[in-house]
Amino acid sequence: MKLTKMSLALAGLMAVAIPLATAQQINAAGASFPAVIYQKWFEEYRKMHTDVQINYQSIGSGGGIAQLTAGTVDFGASDMPMTDEQISKVTVKPLHFPSVLGGVVPTYNIAGVMQDLKFTPETLSGIFLGAITKWNDPRLAKDNPGVKFPNADIQVVHRSDGSGTTFVWTDYLSKVSPDWKSKVGVGASVNWPVGLGGKGNEGVAGTVKQTPNSIGYVELIYVVQNKMAYGSVKNASGSFVKADFNTVTDAAAAAAKNMPDDFRVSITNAAGKNAYPISSFTWLLIPSHIPDAAKAKTIKAFLQWMLADGQKYAAGLSYASLPKEVIAKEVKQIAKIQ
Amino acid sequence: MATPAVADTTVIGRRTTQTGDIVARLITFAFAASIILITFLLVWQLWSQSAPTRHKFGFAFLFTSTWNPVTEEFGALPFVYGTVVTSILALLISVPLGLGSAIFLSELAPAGISNALTFLIELLAAIPSVIYGLLALFTLVPLMRDYGEPFLKSTLGFLPWFKGPVYGLSLLTAGMVLSIMTIPFIISVSREALLAVPREQREAALALGATRWESTWQIVVPYAKLGILGSIFLGLARALGETMAVTMVIGNDPKIKASLFAPGYSIAAVIANEFSEATGKVYQSALIELGIVLFLLTIIINGVARLMIIATTKKGSKR
Amino acid sequence: MSGNLIWRKSVNAVMLSVTGVFTVLAVSSLFLILGYLVYYGGRSLDWNFFTKLPLPPGEIGGGMANAIVGSLKIVGVAALMGLPFGFLAGIYLSEFEDKMFCPLVRYVADLLNGIPSIVVGLLAWGLVVVPTRSFSGLAGSIALAAMLIPIVTRQTEQFLREVPLSLREAALALGASKWKTIATVVVPAGSKGILTGMILGVARIAGESAPLLFTAFNNQFWGGGITQPTASLPVMIYSHAIAPYEDWHRQAWAAGLVLIGMVLIANIAARLVLARGISVPRA
Repeated sequence: MKLTKMSLALAGLMAVAIPLATAQQINAAGASFPAVIYQKWFEEYRKMHTDVQINYQSIGSGGGIAQLTAGTVDFGASDMPMTDEQISKVTVKPLHFPSVLGGVVPTYNIAGVMQDLKFTPETLSGIFLGAITKWNDPRLAKDNPGVKFPNADIQVVHRSDGSGTTFVWTDYLSKVSPDWKSKVGVGASVNWPVGLGGKGNEGVAGTVKQTPNSIGYVELIYVVQNKMAYGSVKNASGSFVKADFNTVTDAAAAAAKNMPDDFRVSITNAAGKNAYPISSFTWLLIPSHIPDAAKAKTIKAFLQWMLADGQKYAAGLSYASLPKEVIAKEVKQIAKIQ
Repeated sequence: MATPAVADTTVIGRRTTQTGDIVARLITFAFAASIILITFLLVWQLWSQSAPTRHKFGFAFLFTSTWNPVTEEFGALPFVYGTVVTSILALLISVPLGLGSAIFLSELAPAGISNALTFLIELLAAIPSVIYGLLALFTLVPLMRDYGEPFLKSTLGFLPWFKGPVYGLSLLTAGMVLSIMTIPFIISVSREALLAVPREQREAALALGATRWESTWQIVVPYAKLGILGSIFLGLARALGETMAVTMVIGNDPKIKASLFAPGYSIAAVIANEFSEATGKVYQSALIELGIVLFLLTIIINGVARLMIIATTKKGSKR
Repeated sequence: MSGNLIWRKSVNAVMLSVTGVFTVLAVSSLFLILGYLVYYGGRSLDWNFFTKLPLPPGEIGGGMANAIVGSLKIVGVAALMGLPFGFLAGIYLSEFEDKMFCPLVRYVADLLNGIPSIVVGLLAWGLVVVPTRSFSGLAGSIALAAMLIPIVTRQTEQFLREVPLSLREAALALGASKWKTIATVVVPAGSKGILTGMILGVARIAGESAPLLFTAFNNQFWGGGITQPTASLPVMIYSHAIAPYEDWHRQAWAAGLVLIGMVLIANIAARLVLARGISVPRA
């Protein structure tokens, strides 16, 4: 009796498992910065090609690079270009494919403050260094006349995991603040002087949303989707710019013309009157040699789609699409995948 | 006649089924031995995978407080600090509550109610850690941030433990969640230890004119103290290894600060958060070495706990 | 003299009532936890939750169908591996006494039982994920099985030991061999307790999240089977709870309710089975 019941159950499980096993499974992991548009892309792609499931897990750029190096995923994703040292550790050389542009914004949750705040390199680095500790500090008031700041401690929120978003943020701060550069520096995971750690862009946004008088840094889509307040930042030309499709695209303009062959650039603190200073490309890290021919074919097809139709989703999700010159160059790189 | 026939088949039967016995013994032995194999594999894995950091830092690893993946400087101190502090906080709350409840359940409550209530309390131990985390994140953290911690700050703010900004996500909140998770262990085992105290002890005290409470507190509890201590160590061992509930409310900041309102980090939480993204052999092995530290801590404490509990049951059965 | 007595009597009354209050607090925390889950989880449960896949962040209407099936798969495979393992090991410890070996196995089993689940996850990662270069539900199952085995072993041994010696001797006197005695007399006699241990063990591992984080990983889709990354309820609860989306929080509550429902039903059922089972006094 028991035996027949068990075998029936097993048969049931098989029945569910086998048809699904014929769908092509591709595993990827990495940055949370572009995770929102990636999930959208992979979902849309699956609707068009029902036998392809690209499973993307948002574990941070550090995770994307680590898992790509360990070989546990078919491709990775990162907002931080891999260093030469990191590339040398991967058995199959990875190719960088910029997928989309985005901006990292300072988001805050301050009691009684509904307006958009203006931040300068001095105030941002001061806050994250722990030099500016209260919201009603005169340095903040100077840039934001008319705003009623509470007399409250600033709760800083940063990333607890290895993050490309952190890389972009600290890259910007290192360029504009010599103090920051010497005390903390650039990296995916730095020794933060102050603050709470949240996991992923999702975790930082979640923590800022729930913690009064807090400030954090996240990719634009996370504040838009969660209706959170975010400020403008003073760029290299002196104007206070808020991140959006146009200002982020402007930041990439110079790089678009002079894109290196391996696509590894930083566009923080870009020149340009309307450029958003904390913008970045984000990359898919695709191995140059994929042994499974079927997977290689699917990945190449997906990349083609991403560079054409996929870009149309960027604006609606608060990212910016890639410049034409970059797209043209990338299409040529697809051929390099064996 | 029945007996010789039985005797005959018994002789034949025993020979053929002796192989059966040997086979059964071998099979079950293999599985029992595999338990040792699994544990050995675990220890070997931990030891070999943590080699890079062990060679690089040696014992200093345990006493360094930097955790810098960029410069590849790793130290276990902030995590040991967070793990120990949250566990001690948990015990500070759960031991009085747990022992008090155990006394009630063993001395005062009638057997039926005592069993029923103990059953309910033991259900608390079955609730998964991630659900404790879910509840704590959405209910306890706002409560602590908006009411609990400010209250402590205003009344006890002169003490170094209650100074500093209030986030909600903190060592204190993590300690409180852990206390709820350790209570069922303390109650369950202490109650058993108290029940094992011979009746004569209580009766003798009462005969000498002690009140119920005096008899309990001054005679019964000391008699059962080994078992009670054992329950505390058991609860401690559980608290040290808790992962999900802690990582959701502790704030994830690898720093050592005096204030309990500050965010901290525990060994289990950092492994859970950073393992899948540890780039480079040194980073990964640092996390695995932390795993060894946690493993050793829990073995020692569990071992002590079990010794104490065994000692109590032996003592209790001596009449 | 009488003043002292009044003092002692009032201390007595106060302290005894304090213990009662503490007990009420302890028990009520259980009801608070269940209450919150039933309230928030109940409001969030809908048909979508059980039938739909997760949607991209920000879109409403997704569900956790794949996590429910994934959990069933992972726990199912872990049970298939761990239950027979622990059962047979428990038989050895109880029936075949061995002066040096048995205490060693018992000690190691207790050790394994006390190891934090995240460390067991590290073991499965090193043994399965790294060599196969792939996250998989199977690696998760192996981690969970490693946690299940010591629980089932000790429970099996305990309940087999409680079967009275007289039953064994009677069987042996009738000419049965040792293994036949075990299989047809001892095990059935202790079956209720053994079954209880198995149910409780499986309920315990079904709620574990930490060992699955870097073994089974996670998956938004159905996945390609147990050798691929597989979604599971506990991991989904974690990732959804720490995210900023209200809809994801809602789903986390629903998942929490489903998970606690399964765990508590298993626990209550197991203990009821046990209560009605053996009437042999505990040794």
